[in-house]
Amino acid sequence: MELVLIFISAALVNNFVLSRSLGICPFIGVSKRLDTSLGMGLAVAFVMVLASAITHTVYNLILTPLSLGYLYIIVFVLITACLVQVVEMYLKKNSPALYKALGIFLPLITTNCAVLGVLLLNIELFAGSLLSAVVHAVGAAAGFTLAMVLFSGIRDRLAYSPVPKIFDGIPIAMIVASLMSVAFLGFAGMINL
Amino acid sequence: MMKALVRFKKGILDENPIFSQAIALCPVLAVTTSIVNGIGLGLATLAVLMASSLVVCFIRKWIPPQVRIPCFIVISATFTTVVRLLMEAFFPALNEALGIFIPLIVVNCLILARMESFASRNGPLTVAFDSLGMGLGFTLSLSLIGFVREMMGFGTVFGVVVIPEVIPRNTLMILPPGGFLVLALLIVGFRFIRKRGA
Repeated sequence: MELVLIFISAALVNNFVLSRSLGICPFIGVSKRLDTSLGMGLAVAFVMVLASAITHTVYNLILTPLSLGYLYIIVFVLITACLVQVVEMYLKKNSPALYKALGIFLPLITTNCAVLGVLLLNIELFAGSLLSAVVHAVGAAAGFTLAMVLFSGIRDRLAYSPVPKIFDGIPIAMIVASLMSVAFLGFAGMINL
Repeated sequence: MMKALVRFKKGILDENPIFSQAIALCPVLAVTTSIVNGIGLGLATLAVLMASSLVVCFIRKWIPPQVRIPCFIVISATFTTVVRLLMEAFFPALNEALGIFIPLIVVNCLILARMESFASRNGPLTVAFDSLGMGLGFTLSLSLIGFVREMMGFGTVFGVVVIPEVIPRNTLMILPPGGFLVLALLIVGFRFIRKRGA
């Protein structure tokens, strides 16, 4: 039951993009088309979940016993970078179609603050339990993908709307994001973790 | 020297990281609920940007091009760790308020973009002024957004009440939607002023 609550909290109540303001760059940058935003969401989800499991284990079994906790930033970033590299090489060899579809977004996952944000929050909130941390990552990934897909649907329509020229591009996208964020405020207070 | 000063001005105005390039937006939206937070994160980012750009600039000849991005990330992670430990020791309250956004400086697109596109190709003096300009441009933008949100949300500036209590506060401004909205309107304002000036 607690795991379900963690999942819902990460996906909806504390949505990474719309409530925690993490991962805004791909949210604004890659959301012009539905298929790319879905691909980006899934790639981020994969890295997020795997990196959560690895960094949580490394932090608890290697860094803490050696009292090297303060090195966590470097270690987490390096693990994410290696993981993205491995995923990239694997996809290139075994699934060239998906590799081509993700293109430049794949290496950019390394510097996606939603990914590092999940890893940092895992340590802060669920230091003791690996399972909770992984569920938290799955929820965060689901929330990220959901926000990306919803946003790209709206932006599809936006391309045909008569937007004042000075609002064109980023500003109007931000205003749309603001309204979506208001909608997600409706989930606030639903769960207190 | 002249080129260095031009870079400095570019960072604050023409190529302002937030209002003109619209990069590094995550910390911008999350921490700018007050001016103090904005200035704090801005200066922390400036320190990391400056130190890592200079290091990249000095050792660029020894970094193999194929692995330059991991090298850049390790360099900025090192300085982020230093800044985080310093903040924890000397500004514990600010460190608490900024939370995970201090460690997240390491993946700030602004820092990686400057290392990749500028610091690895130019001399130390130009690089120093470029980071100073970009860092200050970032800090000023963060403070401006923080100023607007703090004034509308809490009715205060630097924690001092400036709007009389009878006028209701707009709490939405200090919640995430307010961040998106204020940023959108400030970008429009920035574009408008630049257009009038040109």
